[in-house]
Amino acid sequence: MAANLDAAAVRHVAHLARLNISDAEVALYAEQLSRVLGYMEQLGELATDGIAPTAHPLPVVNVFRDDVPVEPWDPQRALQNAPQRQGAFFRVPKVLDQDSA
Amino acid sequence: MGAIIDISRGVRAGVQSAEGAVRAALDRVHKANHSLNALLACDADRALERARALDAARVAGHDPGPLAGVPLALKDNICTPFGITTCGSRILGTFASQYAAHVVERLEFAGAVIIGKTNLDEFAMGSSTENSAFSPTRNPWDLARVAGGSSGGSCAAVAARLVPGALGSDTGGSIRQPASFCGVTGLKPTYGRVSRFGLVAFGSSLDQIGPIAEDAGDVALLLKVIAGHDARDSTSVDVPVPDYLAALDRPLAGLRVGVSEEYFGEGLDSEVRRAVEVAIAELERGGAVVVPVHLPHMKYAIACYYIVATAEASSNLARFDGVHYGHRTENPRDFMDVYAASRGEAFGPEVKRRIMLGTYVLSSGYYDAYYLKALKVRTLIRRDFERAFEQVDVIASPVAPSPAFLVGEKAVDPLAMYLSDVYSVSANLAGIPAVSLPCGFTAAGLPIGMQLMGRMMDEGTLLAAAHQYQLRTDHHRQRPPAFAEL
Repeated sequence: MAANLDAAAVRHVAHLARLNISDAEVALYAEQLSRVLGYMEQLGELATDGIAPTAHPLPVVNVFRDDVPVEPWDPQRALQNAPQRQGAFFRVPKVLDQDSA
Repeated sequence: MGAIIDISRGVRAGVQSAEGAVRAALDRVHKANHSLNALLACDADRALERARALDAARVAGHDPGPLAGVPLALKDNICTPFGITTCGSRILGTFASQYAAHVVERLEFAGAVIIGKTNLDEFAMGSSTENSAFSPTRNPWDLARVAGGSSGGSCAAVAARLVPGALGSDTGGSIRQPASFCGVTGLKPTYGRVSRFGLVAFGSSLDQIGPIAEDAGDVALLLKVIAGHDARDSTSVDVPVPDYLAALDRPLAGLRVGVSEEYFGEGLDSEVRRAVEVAIAELERGGAVVVPVHLPHMKYAIACYYIVATAEASSNLARFDGVHYGHRTENPRDFMDVYAASRGEAFGPEVKRRIMLGTYVLSSGYYDAYYLKALKVRTLIRRDFERAFEQVDVIASPVAPSPAFLVGEKAVDPLAMYLSDVYSVSANLAGIPAVSLPCGFTAAGLPIGMQLMGRMMDEGTLLAAAHQYQLRTDHHRQRPPAFAEL
């Protein structure tokens, strides 16, 4: 385990998380996350070979329901919280560059 | 008898009006909420209209239901089809949910009147309600102190008797720890017992909605209403809901109470230790049998929890992308900037910290060492409980290592804040139910809570033990002096 996060590592993680952070935040999080991850390293003391992981406290898998049609939402209801909309659509900036279009 | 049972009986019998009960609650909110910041929003017009409709229905001969006219407040990460649901975050500062959470439907069907939404740590991430984007909630017993968190608003509102009951959510102790800090009774049900449909997700394998009230009887009534299967939450368990109220009479005689030294180790405040030990002795006096149990992996619970919870949070919070709802940055450079700038502008520091921690432990090269390792340790913790519950019916412990701390005391040290969850996170990792109940006060007059943890789906035993304890004690009847005259 590498518990010491430097600024570059913090910027990389922030990019993966699609999270803009300031230079001051980079420095702060590098210190804080390193400390927390350092604390987490104590799990390394435990031998866990052959132990099955628990992702979920219930032994349920593949829960199905009947495929019953229900009334769909009116588009205006679905768009009620949209930051920007146009007609019956969510409006967003262009996704593709001119070059890649 | 608790205030909830009292009001519903009165309203059903026609000796009290729902409108009167709701007006009284609104009046108390008006008088006291400014000093507590427990409620973020209060919809008086809607609440009064509903109360009058319930009264009219009763006059017309209809039973308004088991929660007839009971004013309640809900944590603001539970979607209501009225008002806004902020999650204590600026990113949802204007979010108006288009639908009701399952628990909202259940409560209203049972005749309850939701009067408002309560403050919380942003997206339920915190142990003090200081991470709310809308200012911290203050503890009714000492306004300089935190109410605990993340359901701090719900617990403070019940403690100050603004409302007789409230709902919170508990991912790592977020109902139990503030209940203990505020001197009220709060239950984290078994994972899957209550539908999470309409609860804004934080850690999906850990989150549960649960009730908060003055005593175990009122908690039992609220649980009976909100528990049960809901096809809209695929983790909701299809197991019949027992009559929790009828089960309260079960005596303490013969109840096997496990006590684990791992919950009484270094870092536990001496006043909290003494109060919990006295409370366990009281259970013994009532006929319970104390049995030592061993939970050897307890010391790894915080590390395990903060890997699992942040990993799940980083995934769940990816939905806040500035596209369909929530804050969007003003002038994005491009499509990617809609995501990154919107999130960077509107998430608070603790949420960013957890998203990054979770992203890191899931990222290529670290997944096995952190996330997969934590899932295996989670198995060991779960097995510890399975073995213990072969010997005992409940396990008694402190809820938190200290009473309510000062506002600002831990705000600058994330790890110190995480460690304050040391006694509560294991129940979430194992999926078991746990209740927090008042068991005494410090010399300075701050409430202390005892935790009882139980077997999967065995809320009945927990609530009965809590109720029998409360019949023998009066800690849960004490009211914060500054709010006693409301």
